[in-house]
Amino acid sequence: MIAAHLPALQVVVPLLAAPLCAILRQGTIAWLIALVANWCAFVISIALVLQVRELGIISYELGGWAPPIGIEYRVDLVNAFVLMVVSGVGAVIIPYARKSIESEIPRAQRGWFYTMYLLCLTGLLGVTITGDAFNIFVFLEISSLSSYVMIAMGRDRRALTASYRYLIMGTIGATFIVIGIGLLWAMTGTLNLNDLADRVPAIEEARPVLAALAFLTVGISLKLALFPLHLWLPNAYAYAPSAASAFLAGTATKVAIYLFFRFFFTVFGGEGFFDSTPLPEIIMVLSIVAMFAPGVVAIFQSNIKRLFAYSSVAQIGFITLGISLASEPGLTGALVHIANHAIMKAGLFMLIGCIVFRLGSMRLEDMAGIGRTMPFTMAGIVVLGLGLLGAPATAGFISKWYLAEAALLQGLWWLVGLILLGSVVSMIYVGRVVEIAYFREPSEKVAGLKEAPLSMLIPGWVLVIATIYFGLDTTWTVGIAQDAAASLLSALY
Amino acid sequence: MSTILADLNYWVTVFLLVGGLYIVVAHGNMIKKLVGLSIFQTSVYLLFISPGKILGGTAPILDDKYTLYSNPLPHVLILTAIVVGVATIALGLALVVRIHESYGTIEDDDLTDLESDT
Amino acid sequence: MMRDTIILRVVVKLLLPAILIFALYVQFHGDYGPGGGFQAGVAAAAAIILYGMIFGIPAAKQVVPPSVVFVMIPLGVLIYAGTGVAGLLLGDNFLDYSPLGSKPVYGQHLGILIVEFGVLVTVSSTMLAIFYAFGGRADEADAAEEARKDGEGGS
Repeated sequence: MIAAHLPALQVVVPLLAAPLCAILRQGTIAWLIALVANWCAFVISIALVLQVRELGIISYELGGWAPPIGIEYRVDLVNAFVLMVVSGVGAVIIPYARKSIESEIPRAQRGWFYTMYLLCLTGLLGVTITGDAFNIFVFLEISSLSSYVMIAMGRDRRALTASYRYLIMGTIGATFIVIGIGLLWAMTGTLNLNDLADRVPAIEEARPVLAALAFLTVGISLKLALFPLHLWLPNAYAYAPSAASAFLAGTATKVAIYLFFRFFFTVFGGEGFFDSTPLPEIIMVLSIVAMFAPGVVAIFQSNIKRLFAYSSVAQIGFITLGISLASEPGLTGALVHIANHAIMKAGLFMLIGCIVFRLGSMRLEDMAGIGRTMPFTMAGIVVLGLGLLGAPATAGFISKWYLAEAALLQGLWWLVGLILLGSVVSMIYVGRVVEIAYFREPSEKVAGLKEAPLSMLIPGWVLVIATIYFGLDTTWTVGIAQDAAASLLSALY
Repeated sequence: MSTILADLNYWVTVFLLVGGLYIVVAHGNMIKKLVGLSIFQTSVYLLFISPGKILGGTAPILDDKYTLYSNPLPHVLILTAIVVGVATIALGLALVVRIHESYGTIEDDDLTDLESDT
Repeated sequence: MMRDTIILRVVVKLLLPAILIFALYVQFHGDYGPGGGFQAGVAAAAAIILYGMIFGIPAAKQVVPPSVVFVMIPLGVLIYAGTGVAGLLLGDNFLDYSPLGSKPVYGQHLGILIVEFGVLVTVSSTMLAIFYAFGGRADEADAAEEARKDGEGGS
């Protein structure tokens, strides 16, 4: 019986756990509730992937009302893949979060942090699984508002201004998305994504529909931090609590990229429509700039979390490059990099959080020589850094391979060169971190540090091992991503 | 002139939309930015609700005497959007209060100066 | 400052029950016309906020203590989600209210009433919590100011 209700339970389990955390506000109990809810959500997402593999697209009617009048949750391979990534990243972060939150957030607010975390998870899972356009906006705002609160709970007072700036830009983005959805609804009369996919191709050339596409693109770009709309991201990830940085870095932007997939290739997925608009060229140009400019800025950062936040913007450029190529290897590369980047960035921010936990500072100069006193933490950071720049036998290599294949398929040799150059830029800032950590003399404070506690180190290393594993055995990542990309391009929804 | 009157609701929507966005971008005071954001969101409510009213349509309550109803769905959707807007503005104002207590100012330029020192 | 006007105090005391009953009217009228949980919640909170503005926030906090408010906020969400799950446990989909009554029509009616009640609880307590948080800060700042002056005057 539960198997039939899995799509609803995917969202309901964290949704019910969040007010429970708010009522029982004691820190450890709230953490336990968050742990159980997150792991249940992860198990449900794996079950959904297996179900979709077997049965095809799952449609779940909320309230018993049939679509397109009623709201439905519609799970296909793209959905299920992103659900697995989001809940998986969360499931690894929660065990890590306990010690990290205890050190960064005062006792009275810990319960509220876990409440916001669960609401953010609910929102992200809801955006991914729903098949109704306005429902996307509602869940998107649930996840955004709770992430503003999570970021504002950081220790540094700059977390407040970072959260405020994210609030302004994120709300503008979400309102643009709602304008796009409103224009589509005025033109077609339906809000159901599947129904929109049927009705939009007939009126593709109408100006309101093109305007809707433009509003949706800009709104979603604000949410996923596509250059130049990324200005909220570096400060937000740098000054948030470490567990929040890790969670948001691994999930929030990925779900917005999923929205790109859903709107470009399903709703506006008429024959050759996406290629007939100037969108692929625009996104390609912005992606190429995104691969380099934030990476170069990252090289000169003195705050290690800000460095890797700029690195996130650069990596998102790689993913949107895959989307702009709009071919099967391109979309496969983009989907695979969603999973790989989520794993690598979440792991990086977790291990950096271990350093912050022991050292108390985020400045790179203070971390000189830390490779000798915290060997496991730094080794993990090095491996994940290798993954970021796409070294073979790491997950990053697989994504770059598919992106290069897509570029070659369209005869764009110069693009392959640019992808390799982007990896060189990553090598420079990762190399800078490695040099400071290993090749300098440790200060007195660093020399007296112990290794990070196991409860924080093990989740980070789980993701390090996952990076290497998914670089060698790709059945779960590429296997699903390829079929998902094929279904997207054939407009199967 | 008749085209303006015929599409008056859309003209007002666009005017509020652009005005709200301009206020967010042009002003450095944090509360003024939030006011601009609120005006921007209000324009979206107009964009949804005004096409929902059908000229000659009655209130959307089923009755045998009437055949033409105004669309009730935009009202429900915009109610949700209004609640989201209220929560966003409340959160924004709470952040402004905390920033004022922490920094002593809520002007963007002064904040940038204060932050670059730390 | 507000405490000096006797007209406001008397009129507010007369108006409060009217506002609360109007809130309940809007709440139950949501089935058949404009209304429902959100509007009713804001009206109900407005009554307590009006009382707090005229008689002072400590008086309002005696009527609705902050601890009650902070329990009511998640309680409304639980009521709403709980009704949805009740539909799920009784065999139909999530948020399907039909199995809650003897006939589907009665079940739908009952389901909507319960979820709107959940919305009323959450919205009214959230508005009140926002008022306590923002309004209370000015009072705390004044109290800190007075304590500082007393300390300076004494030493």
